Amino acid sequence: MYRIRVHGRGGQGVVTAAELIAWAAIYDGRHALAFPSFGSERTGAPVEAYCSIGDAPIRSREPVEAPDAVLVLDATLLNRPRIFTGLRPGGLALVDGTAPPAVAGVPQLRTVPASRISLARTGRAMANVPMLGAFAAASGIVSLEAVHTAIEKRFPGPVSQANRDAVDEAYRYLAEAARETGEAAAPTAITAAREVHHVA
Amino acid sequence: MSATKVKFYQVGSFAVGNRLLPSSARSNQSDAHRADSIVSGHRACQGCGELLGARYVLDTAMRAAEGKLVVVNATGCLEVTTTPFPQSAWRVPWLHSLFGNAPAVASGVAAALRAQGRTDVRVLGQAGDGGTVDIGLGCLSGMFERGDDVLFVCYDNEAYMNTGVQRSGATPPAARTATTPVAPGHPGNEFGHGKDVPAIAMAHRIPYVATASVADLRDLEAKVERAMGLHGPRYLHVLVPCPLGWGAPGSQTVRLARLATESGLFPLIEATDGELAASTPIRRRVPVEEYLRAQGRYAHLFGEPGRPDIVARIQRIADRNIRVYGLEPAS
Amino acid sequence: MSPEPTLAAPRRPLEGSRAVAETVVRCRPQVVPAYPISPQTHIVEGVGALVRGGELEHCEFVTVESEFGAMSLCIGASAAGARTYTATSSQGLLFMAEALYNASGLGLPIVMTVANRALGAPINIWNDQSDSLSQRDSGWIQLYARDNQAACDLHPIAFRLAEELSVPVMVCMDGFVLTHAVEPLGVPGQEIVDRYLPPYAPCQVLDPAAPLSIGAMVGPEAFTEVRYLAHHRIETALQRFPELARRYAKLVGRPAEDLARGYRLEDARTVVVAMGSVLGTLEDVVDEARGRGLAVGAVELTCFRPFPAAKLRELLVDAEHVVVLERALSVGSGGILTAELAAAGVGTHARITTVIAGLGGRPVTAKALRKLIADATARRLPPLDFLDLDHDLLRRVHTRENGR
Repeated sequence: MYRIRVHGRGGQGVVTAAELIAWAAIYDGRHALAFPSFGSERTGAPVEAYCSIGDAPIRSREPVEAPDAVLVLDATLLNRPRIFTGLRPGGLALVDGTAPPAVAGVPQLRTVPASRISLARTGRAMANVPMLGAFAAASGIVSLEAVHTAIEKRFPGPVSQANRDAVDEAYRYLAEAARETGEAAAPTAITAAREVHHVA
Repeated sequence: MSATKVKFYQVGSFAVGNRLLPSSARSNQSDAHRADSIVSGHRACQGCGELLGARYVLDTAMRAAEGKLVVVNATGCLEVTTTPFPQSAWRVPWLHSLFGNAPAVASGVAAALRAQGRTDVRVLGQAGDGGTVDIGLGCLSGMFERGDDVLFVCYDNEAYMNTGVQRSGATPPAARTATTPVAPGHPGNEFGHGKDVPAIAMAHRIPYVATASVADLRDLEAKVERAMGLHGPRYLHVLVPCPLGWGAPGSQTVRLARLATESGLFPLIEATDGELAASTPIRRRVPVEEYLRAQGRYAHLFGEPGRPDIVARIQRIADRNIRVYGLEPAS
Repeated sequence: MSPEPTLAAPRRPLEGSRAVAETVVRCRPQVVPAYPISPQTHIVEGVGALVRGGELEHCEFVTVESEFGAMSLCIGASAAGARTYTATSSQGLLFMAEALYNASGLGLPIVMTVANRALGAPINIWNDQSDSLSQRDSGWIQLYARDNQAACDLHPIAFRLAEELSVPVMVCMDGFVLTHAVEPLGVPGQEIVDRYLPPYAPCQVLDPAAPLSIGAMVGPEAFTEVRYLAHHRIETALQRFPELARRYAKLVGRPAEDLARGYRLEDARTVVVAMGSVLGTLEDVVDEARGRGLAVGAVELTCFRPFPAAKLRELLVDAEHVVVLERALSVGSGGILTAELAAAGVGTHARITTVIAGLGGRPVTAKALRKLIADATARRLPPLDFLDLDHDLLRRVHTRENGR
């Protein structure tokens, strides 16, 4: 199973990001489960959301404590202790921004100018949508086509193309950045499916 | 030819009225083909104002609805006395749910009828003052503001009678009840408390609000008829004396209701879309004392030394009503 | 001969609430009163959007002034012959408590989703099962969904069961954990639901053409018999629910719901019993434990009312230690489900212990469940235990209260 944790603030589309990853995985023909850390509606408060992806139905509903990937939509959260807790050694870490900040214990942290791309493409500085493209490129867990399908279904109409363009730009950005540093954007293995037993 | 002097005893507008009136002006109750929505055998007290009022209200509503009426009833005297299992006094489709939800249940019936396309069937909700003014007020307000097509009737006997005469939000000042007992420094129910639900209904700007009483049953029927000619939320507040709770013999019910109106304490009004449209002038004005003296629940205001100050204060309430609602007796 | 309807509607990514809303709309409710409370709100919003968007004709979606108003509207509508639905949680369920008893006493087949949430004080908007369990005596059938697909599937079954028995049904699903989760879900097609669920044909109805009085006062001479009959009527659900669930399962091509089901019970000496979404995590942990050679199994309880005593006795006949994982607490007593299992005669040869877990939305983690199973198999569990209790916090409170 591949587990993702998304961090951000209320109003930045954290929950939507996790949901769209799940949608993309489902359109890829996999099983997925996404849910937020719950609370009353409040703009600006720190928010987490989770997504698990696997090849068998996902039964567990506990919050993701040991993610394979952490996506941070708001760099001002980086100094908070919980953000990268439990991240698997070598796990994926992406944050919205341009200059890569150093975070102790997370040497693999990479930046993606997601909100800048979003502002340029859609007129709104929402990092969540481009971040999906970056995640697809960096992890290989969901296909770019499936992300496109998810975007089309979630944001139909005139904004759909702009959002898909933003996804593509972030995808290319990360693929190029990986080539420059010489690392491959290698997909991470998904643990084998388990059989499910039911006894009548 | 010799003349025989015949005394017509004034027992109300109806004794001589029905036989001498053209049929169009007769009361619905005088019609042999009236619905008889409530039949005899119910367990109400002798002289119960509520059962009297309900019979007139329902039969008129049934005529206006051409027999297609569904009735929702709150818990209270009317419900308890008419449905002692396995008997029922009701000849109309009738539902009793809870004490505080009659307006909401009526809304639900109306919604079901709309969903089923049965727009010809009308809905009437009814409750005592407790179920309307206090515990039912939230649901009543919801029914009003949603514009639900329900005629809601409050039978106001000014206390929780079925449970033993406890004070409600409709209990008038200085009345003795089981929870506003008379004691030194406490002459019955407080002044300045209580709710004016007809005014609250008017504030919701619903199509029709009216007050009526069992002293003028023809007027009561006319108001039901007028209400049934409209759609949307409509509210009728009917004064129904309770012999037991008010401390008067059952034979006095209609007289007490008349005195309440003629003193000015219970104005008879109509309002449409939130504005006062009509009020019934008082024919023969009486001082409140005549009304209060006739009821045991005000007995503590009289006798030695009595409370003339309280009587005067109640008189000022009556005076104000007459002024505000334009009830000046016709000269 | 008409062609077989399409089996199992293809799964698509859906939020749990939204999937339930779509399924409910397929059941063609005629009156839906709506009042908001977290975490059920997405359900009624979903139904409202579908009704207003023209997905369902002849449905009155009514915004009401309180949950008491909502259930009261359901009562009036159902008595007037309309198929009726609403949803609530927690405080809202309690605010309509009087109306719950009234609805079941009047024999009205109302269906309601309860998005399980804790009861205050202290106010808490997160998931546990205190709300619906507090109303276990209200005369409603209570079904608990193990996941969002079950939550969907239980609704058409609920309407069918309710209308057949003239008993209202509560479908309970864990608030937030299920309602706000997005996963692949299959909403049954309209054709399938229409085949399964015929139009509502009430056994008694408010109708000017045939007037009757509903809601009479019943005195001591007959009240006991009325309650006896209600008890026996709801117990027929013990046969009818599995039958109706099987019939539905055949139409949609999914495994059938049942009163209760076992998971890896073969030679299981320790069995954990639970209701609701915790079962998913529990089954993962049972698989791990089995992989390590522990004889552990689980029992999923779906129908809580009527209580399937015989079925549970059968499933737990060989258990030596029954651990009841409860997402609610009867303050002053302990486990609710535990008490019912004991009264049912389960565990006459087994030890039954209670573990209170997940109150007020505390996540029930695989790690904690692994420890629970280790403690259970090692016979270290006390009769009443609390999962993941914060002992430091309790010590600080104790110190403060004792002034030391």
